[in-house]
Amino acid sequence: MRYIPHTPEEIQGMLKIIGLRSVAELFSSIPDSLLQEKPLKLPPALDEMTLLRHLEKVATENHTLPRSRSFLGGGVYRHYIPSAVGELVRRSEFLTPYTPYQPEISQGTLQVIFEFQTMVCELFGMEVSNASMYDGSTALAEACLMALRIGKNRKTILLPSSLHPEYTQVTHTILKSFKDNIVELPFSKEGGFETAALNDYLNDDLAACVIPYPNFFGVVEDVREVVQKVQQAGGLVIFCVTEPLSLGLFESPGALGADIVCGEGQSLGIPPSFGGPFVGLFAAREKHLRQMPGRICGMTSDNKGRRGFVLTLSTREQHIRREKATSNICTNQALCATQMTVYLSMLGKEGLKKLAQLNWQRAEYAKQKLASITGVTLSFPKATTFNEFVLKLPKSADSVLKDLRTKGFDGGIALDRWYHELENSLLVNVTELNEREDIDSFATALKEVLQS
Amino acid sequence: MTTPGTTGLILEEPLLCEQSVKGRIGFSLPPSGVPESNLSNLPKSLLRQKSAELPEISEVDGVRHFVRLSQQNYCKDAGLYPLGSCTMKYNPKTTEAASKIPGFANSHPLSTTEGMQGNLKLIYELQEYLAEISGMDFVTCWPAAGSHGELTGMLMIRAFHESKGNPRKKVIIPDSAHGTNPASAAICQYEVITLPSNKEGILTADAVREVMDEEVAALMVTNPNTLGIFEENILEICEVVHKKGGLVYCDGANLNALLGIVRLGEAGVDVLHFNLHKTFSTPHGGGGPGAGPVGIKKKLEPFLPTPLIIKENGTFNLEWSRGQSIGRVKAYFGNFGMLVRAYTYIREFGPEGLRRISEMAVLNANYIRKNLEGTYHLPYSKPVLHECVFSDKLQKEHDIKTLDIAKRLMDYGFHPPTIYFPLIVPGALMIEPTESEPKASLDQFIEAMKTIAKECQDTPEIVKTAPHKTFRGRLDEVKAARELKLRWTT
Repeated sequence: MRYIPHTPEEIQGMLKIIGLRSVAELFSSIPDSLLQEKPLKLPPALDEMTLLRHLEKVATENHTLPRSRSFLGGGVYRHYIPSAVGELVRRSEFLTPYTPYQPEISQGTLQVIFEFQTMVCELFGMEVSNASMYDGSTALAEACLMALRIGKNRKTILLPSSLHPEYTQVTHTILKSFKDNIVELPFSKEGGFETAALNDYLNDDLAACVIPYPNFFGVVEDVREVVQKVQQAGGLVIFCVTEPLSLGLFESPGALGADIVCGEGQSLGIPPSFGGPFVGLFAAREKHLRQMPGRICGMTSDNKGRRGFVLTLSTREQHIRREKATSNICTNQALCATQMTVYLSMLGKEGLKKLAQLNWQRAEYAKQKLASITGVTLSFPKATTFNEFVLKLPKSADSVLKDLRTKGFDGGIALDRWYHELENSLLVNVTELNEREDIDSFATALKEVLQS
Repeated sequence: MTTPGTTGLILEEPLLCEQSVKGRIGFSLPPSGVPESNLSNLPKSLLRQKSAELPEISEVDGVRHFVRLSQQNYCKDAGLYPLGSCTMKYNPKTTEAASKIPGFANSHPLSTTEGMQGNLKLIYELQEYLAEISGMDFVTCWPAAGSHGELTGMLMIRAFHESKGNPRKKVIIPDSAHGTNPASAAICQYEVITLPSNKEGILTADAVREVMDEEVAALMVTNPNTLGIFEENILEICEVVHKKGGLVYCDGANLNALLGIVRLGEAGVDVLHFNLHKTFSTPHGGGGPGAGPVGIKKKLEPFLPTPLIIKENGTFNLEWSRGQSIGRVKAYFGNFGMLVRAYTYIREFGPEGLRRISEMAVLNANYIRKNLEGTYHLPYSKPVLHECVFSDKLQKEHDIKTLDIAKRLMDYGFHPPTIYFPLIVPGALMIEPTESEPKASLDQFIEAMKTIAKECQDTPEIVKTAPHKTFRGRLDEVKAARELKLRWTT
């Protein structure tokens, strides 16, 4: 076995030094009744060539379409990843160390985390960020837990139904054992925040209100009034950002008054990879720093006065505080955070704006083009959207998607899986990977499918 | 013999923000190619007023920056990384190649079920492999890391007890456990009862019996435990817990000792999490991503998180909801990229290869233990499996503590062991070499440790002020926590 270096002679020599006669004796501390006699019932070992051929075959069974022919979004976005990003991130020195517990020999990872925290703060317009969470959905659940800690006796959490439905589900699961009160608010006629629905909850039980931004329907809206009302009632405002590229164009959550911002960093340089590994983003106002979950990196100096970085404020964390920790998280998503940091470094201040505008332009074009097909309308015609929008079709979105696939398109996401009120509705995402020609032929295919 | 530590040309590298030059870009963008809409049609109140201050650099600047930073890191691919309880084994390159296959990397989780058959098949088979390896009945692959697996497992345990009319109030956790155990139990609103290990470093059935009652939901145990010792009373302990209606949760962090040797499900364990980034070699990535699948016994099946993969006539379908399920624990399908790597790893090793992993991991740990016994204090004499724990008791006589020894090891070219854990050993040095290391590298490490022990007697100052050869000397952690600088500002 090429990954295990021991020769029979070495094994014998080592056993002799230990004072044992056989490898089996190494396990003499285990009760006999538990020792396995038969080999595990697993498929036999494969050589590298056969193994990769097998895996390629399994992957083919997905019938994954070219990225340019896909219009799937819904919290996982297809964007172009420059060649330099993958090359850098897969370097052994980033890929194969563990958490930087020993800062003297981990300055690379630590400085990257510091730069990551800086970028997350800049994107979100916030004061402090941690070193990452598992993903957007668990980051949101942690943000709600943090709001409950800060709110002390306040127990109500408001989740608008325009939030990513799987994020809502995860939040319910993780908060299950708390005596909280999660309330789902309806979305407005235009797919946005139904501000009037807030009024019943503006009292001293309100812990937090979550604002998806852009929301699951791609809608971006002016939520200043919501922020103001929630904060006046003493609650916290949690922004949840699943497409952070939008922040190259639209106002930052920080500028809109957010107390906590969480989200998903996948769209910034990480491939869809069937939903993970991604990178959960988590930022807050500095006054809430000590209630934040997860690792945090800070700047300091070494014994010669040279600048360096360490993990800090760890008295919030499980390895010190155990059951009183702010979270149970230990391993986070460091490599994905590195990947996002490299990507954003290459994109830069101007690149972020230009790429965001490019996404918006392509999506606006597609929106008009697709909505002009006979029988197709926009579900929320007046809403401002970023790179995603909802089409109302004259028939079942599921059957349309099936037919589109036979024509070589992943046409989007059928929304009736989560929203019974949105039957025949299709969530369509357009990014820089979809060129005009892709959009035009998609429109033609959709027209044909609807006519058939 | 010599140890590999030396000095090299490691370059200073400022923050990227400090290198930013207005007008530089490291990205090439296509033209929009579509008739453009007018940005000024957007409501002004929605537009971003203050730009995100990302660095402005060329691609060359960026590549140099991250290459220089990477060179400031020690990593497993460079050598021994004996971080106890973290199982820092070699990460085969084939598993990276597998994760990059476009059909996996570009597959979208909200595609149609027909468009994800390959992925569902891979996950389904991985669940079966992990169940076979552990002796559990079902496995869910959705948790993103070990502690997320713990939370998932404890939520299932809570749901199980709730279905019987009482969620119960307490969870028993030994004092040698990882901090994530009590933290995970706390999120499920359980009160933690800390159970001391005995003089031999293990749990006894009597100790469990003493605290076990009908308000205890579960015992969380790690086996082998964090001293590397197999909990030999596990069968009896499980019986004691079951008798009072409780369940046994096993932290699988140390599963690398047991592949093909013991199936913990047969010992009476009801819930077990796997750390794919430990036992099944998905790369640690500087602190993640990991993956923490959870195995359960049949009685917990109704509570498995959603969605569930159902195989019918060779086709895979998804069951989106189930009456008593705890619900969804993460969006989409877990850390799928890590599942691909672990699957690849298991298929390359096969059943005999997996057993060999544990045999050689245990051989290596015992070899180190035997060679350093006497030079360093061994607080527990019981035989160990995949890791061994020493303390700084002998070196304390020269006013040298574990931290100093750890730092001095860097000068000799090694990543230090896990230090000051488990908490039951004052000044612990927890060494887990893994199966990847050849005898020669263990010998070098042993020599370095012996040399340091000698230095503690002869030249203690050199140990107390270590490291001397690293890119940075000891960092001021007090200053970091006092004068908080958590992001770059102009």
